[in-house]
Amino acid sequence: MELWYTENHTKDVRFSMKIDRQLVSKKSRYQRIDVLESKEFGRILTLDGYLMVTQKDEFIYHEMITHVPMAVHPQVRKVLVIGAGDGGTIRELTRYDSIEHIDMVEIDKEVVEVCREYLPQTACCLDDARLDMYFEDGLKFVRTQQDAYDLIIVDSTDPFGPGEGLFTKEFYGNCYKALKEDGILINQHESPYYTEDAKAMRHAHQRIRAAFPISMVYQLHIPTYPSGHWLFGFASKKYHPVEDLRAAEWNALGLQTKYYNTELHKGSFAIPNYVKELLDD
Amino acid sequence: MRTLSQQDAPLYEALEEHRQSRMVHLDVPGHKGGRGNKELREFLGRSCLAADVNSMKPLDNLCHPVSVIRDAQYLAANAFGATDALFMVNGTTSAVQAMIMSCCKAGEKIIMPRNVHRSAINALVVCGAVPVYVNPGTHKELGIPLGMRVCDVEAAMRENPDAKAILVNNPTYYGVCSNLKEIVRLARRYNMLVLADEAHGTHFYFGENMPVSAMQVGADMAAISMHKTGGSLTQSSILLCGERVNADYVRQVVNLTQTTSGSYLLLSSLDLARRNLSLHGKEMFEKTVEFVSYAREEINRLGGYQAFGEEIIDADAVFAFDPTKLSVHTREIGLAGIEVYDLLRDEYEIQIEFGDIGNILAIVSAGDRALEIERFIAALYEIKRLHAKDPAGLFDHEYINPEIVCPPQQAFYAEKESLPIEQSEGRVGGEFVMCYPPGIPILAPGERITGEILRYIAYAKEKGCFLTGTQDLEIERICVVEGL
Repeated sequence: MELWYTENHTKDVRFSMKIDRQLVSKKSRYQRIDVLESKEFGRILTLDGYLMVTQKDEFIYHEMITHVPMAVHPQVRKVLVIGAGDGGTIRELTRYDSIEHIDMVEIDKEVVEVCREYLPQTACCLDDARLDMYFEDGLKFVRTQQDAYDLIIVDSTDPFGPGEGLFTKEFYGNCYKALKEDGILINQHESPYYTEDAKAMRHAHQRIRAAFPISMVYQLHIPTYPSGHWLFGFASKKYHPVEDLRAAEWNALGLQTKYYNTELHKGSFAIPNYVKELLDD
Repeated sequence: MRTLSQQDAPLYEALEEHRQSRMVHLDVPGHKGGRGNKELREFLGRSCLAADVNSMKPLDNLCHPVSVIRDAQYLAANAFGATDALFMVNGTTSAVQAMIMSCCKAGEKIIMPRNVHRSAINALVVCGAVPVYVNPGTHKELGIPLGMRVCDVEAAMRENPDAKAILVNNPTYYGVCSNLKEIVRLARRYNMLVLADEAHGTHFYFGENMPVSAMQVGADMAAISMHKTGGSLTQSSILLCGERVNADYVRQVVNLTQTTSGSYLLLSSLDLARRNLSLHGKEMFEKTVEFVSYAREEINRLGGYQAFGEEIIDADAVFAFDPTKLSVHTREIGLAGIEVYDLLRDEYEIQIEFGDIGNILAIVSAGDRALEIERFIAALYEIKRLHAKDPAGLFDHEYINPEIVCPPQQAFYAEKESLPIEQSEGRVGGEFVMCYPPGIPILAPGERITGEILRYIAYAKEKGCFLTGTQDLEIERICVVEGL
């Protein structure tokens, strides 16, 4: 028997991986949730059929969405994480003793429950004493916060489905207000490669740029995401992601990482010309 | 004939049957199910074009309904508690006009509040009836026009016992209801008909804990915008008749101006919307009220904004308030409603129903999701954070009591001259000026142009309201009646 999982990366491009067996499939109030056991990538989580996390390459995503801001901001004490139901972002953040408190706002409780059971690799730290979990709409949560966080990480799905509200101008504006005067906003910023993704990426950038004085993107390579070429956004009220990098201090922490290092940090903000053009338009 | 129930949709079922019949069409429309206009078929969809057919025996005829349209109208009448229902394909505008034109002839009087939709005054231009206006008054803080007070209605009836009918907004665009039950009682005593403009009142017939509907309290006719909150296609509407009205005569009046090629897309959407409302209306409007109550609470918590609701009820000029209306007073954040309306669209990609001088109005329905409501609230927060100003100097708008010099028809058809609008003070207007939406005339034909009216028009224009009505599309010139 051959069992394959396929995601359409565009209308005319497909990405498939061979599946050993299906571990869980359920429908929550918001979306369909599946966990599959794949031959090449280990366990994978999909939401409404879109690939979110694989055991084999999740480290790239989760290291890059956390260590980049943590190596820039000198004193991150309070963090807000929106989305992140798989727990990988929380796992990386809890490695920092300096962080005193994390609020995690995930709209779909069932995603967290499924990940706790089937993806302990990422969900391992969701019982950390510093973490408070809220199961509600991120847009609503952030609206009620003011001058409260040093760092906000938007670890969201795509700009359609339950994550739609997290790509809007009002959301980024509300994030600005929820951040302290030297706060940083990191967001999952889609891909610049395929036309539809690039459009979403550009729109997000335009909206963030309207709210923050410093707004840049950095890149990473995720083998299982469409085109493999992915971007995160770095928006900030005060710190520049490269000029204000505290490389020596971060390295002194002695954190072991598989993808991130402070040289790569600088390089990840050097982006291809076609992406620059897309962003400057 | 089988017995019809609200589970049926006779017109829709006949169309479905027709579509499956593979009938050869050597008749109009010429697109022949889309084969003759492939681009349009691609755009609107194959099934949409296949349902766009002409009247034929199995599908009945709107001008003279004897089979499936008659059945569908019968079910609609039942659903709304009316004696008869007529499907309308030229909007609620045509339903309002048919109501007025079936009870008033040239020179006869009709009582109405001045804050009627332009369609009502248009009807007066066409049929020559003469309006007797009741001042609806304005809410002091909110600046919104209110309902008619019962004492003012009674005074108008006493002074004009020859009036044929009274027209009532149930509710107004803002959701304000007059005491319709009492107005019906008075009208009976003075032997007048009660016509209800229920363009914004479809849900009163199906939701729970709503203000009373026209048919429920014995009004004689009602114009229902099914497409506004009832879920049918834009431009489709229903005219309801009570037992004191000869619906067959009303149909003849409708046929004076209505197309003889009534669209089956519109008609079938009325049939399906009626069935859906009958079967699921209660839950649909429960969900709507839930969304709106939540939004109102959250918006009021933002500060500066006032999302008003049932607390404005005063048992008189605001006898009842429509709980599905999400209106927000914006003056305290120093922005005109129309400015907030423009910011929502241009900056946040949120299109709401309208913004006027002091308020915005969002239409929420069961078709919305929590996401849309959250985005609206979040965007209002951002607009306040980034754009709020000192409210001093914002126009405080009051009801302008019109001086009627001659009836609308006489003014509209009089010899007119065109003047720059700022030079027209003291003259008598020969055309409308209004903001659209809401489409309530600032100036109607036959009314004296005053300095106050001109200042209001200039202010609305400056703030970016979409002004309409004059021949001059720039609203820089206005036609005034010669010799007056």
